[in-house]
Amino acid sequence: MTLKARVIPCLDVKDGRVVKGVSFVNLIDAGDPVDAARAYDAAGADELCFLDITASSDGRETIFDVVARTAEQCFMPLTVGGGVRTLADIRKLLLAGADKVSINSAAVRDPDFVAQAADKFGDQCIVVSLDCKQTAPDTWEIFTHGGRNATGIDALDFAEAMVKRGAGELLVTSMDRDGGKIGYDIALTRAIADRVPVPIIASGGVGTLDHMVEGVRDGHANAVLAASIFHFGTYTIDEAKQHMAAHGIPVRLD
Amino acid sequence: MRVAIIDYGSGNLRSATKAFERAARESGLDHAEIDLTDDAERVASADRIVLPGVGAYADCRAGLDGLPGMREALAEAVEKQAKPFLGICVGMQLMASRGLEKSVTQGFGWIKGDVVKMEPEDATLKVPQIGWNTLTLARPHPLFAGIETGTDGLHAYFVHSYHLAAERPDDVIATSDYGGAVTAFVAHENKAGAQFHPEKSQKLGLALLSNFLTWKP
Repeated sequence: MTLKARVIPCLDVKDGRVVKGVSFVNLIDAGDPVDAARAYDAAGADELCFLDITASSDGRETIFDVVARTAEQCFMPLTVGGGVRTLADIRKLLLAGADKVSINSAAVRDPDFVAQAADKFGDQCIVVSLDCKQTAPDTWEIFTHGGRNATGIDALDFAEAMVKRGAGELLVTSMDRDGGKIGYDIALTRAIADRVPVPIIASGGVGTLDHMVEGVRDGHANAVLAASIFHFGTYTIDEAKQHMAAHGIPVRLD
Repeated sequence: MRVAIIDYGSGNLRSATKAFERAARESGLDHAEIDLTDDAERVASADRIVLPGVGAYADCRAGLDGLPGMREALAEAVEKQAKPFLGICVGMQLMASRGLEKSVTQGFGWIKGDVVKMEPEDATLKVPQIGWNTLTLARPHPLFAGIETGTDGLHAYFVHSYHLAAERPDDVIATSDYGGAVTAFVAHENKAGAQFHPEKSQKLGLALLSNFLTWKP
């Protein structure tokens, strides 16, 4: 097999600005998502993820401009999520230059929205983002609104239902681990990866490069997403990939 | 030189346009005009034609057929006048005889064969194939001039569940390994198509687009 495991930095964007600061050297404007995107592009990231956390509807227009300016300069795949609620939202993001959109709350509220989106734009550009919390041994529940609202929906059942409706990829975030730097929830990641036929992106909890190895090797994820370890310069994309390669995980180094 | 990129409501057009502009600059073709258009006349009169495509096969075909005169413009410019043509992703798949995604849809019939669901021999491999893969060159082609292929070569970015099962082996220029050989690049005379996204494939992609801009089939 020669398809490579992907390393995906994720930027939280609010009103057109990066929220959790990015501390790259040589970055002209650390708050500008486009500058950050360019830096990650040059650093060899396999894909980039923007999560728009803008609260007001007025500010939501800014993400389209951010995506458009990024796509003009970065020739790498771009996934955009946050507040994707209608087919028109998806269409605007794709036209601006996004390759994939990630759907979260709207998929929980109306699972058929995922089916409509996949029919219209193709399965391959519909990512469903699952925010999961463990509620019992080997049991996880779907949460929305940044982990505040419980839904009562079993995460594994939901993952399967989303793929049946046409999700081409699942972004699996452990809300228990997110920001904790103690590693991905491997049991969760593997349970979902082994249950569904589409690729899985592991998210939430990366603190060391070993965690990224574990996400792929033990969690069976096809891609690993991280935010702060890259933004704050703890590790570079290249260090992450070299480390994964040293542990036998095929990665792209060109 | 004017390159028409056909705008038929299929996403990702900005990336394709910007990547061509950069490829033109990098190959010293500053005079090249990259023309994103839905106008059949502008396509017919262009020097080179690019058909991008993201989405479902039938949806893309319907979008293209919805542009007045576009199918005729392609027949004239690509089939009769033999102008260089590049299809990307579903744009490449439309070159086939038929697409079998969700329903049976007629393609252009330029590359004989059907677009079929991928079925990797290794059951642990996920479909869609999403990510970076290397290419195995089946035979040399001018669009791959100067591009390192093979296991240690450059990577191309793929996002697809279906691939073109070409009937004529000679039409297949490159494959990628995903639980078996997957058609990655096809070409027949002046018509070429990439299953992967050159506009998202950084180094390999920009080199391939540059080669297309100077290609004399």
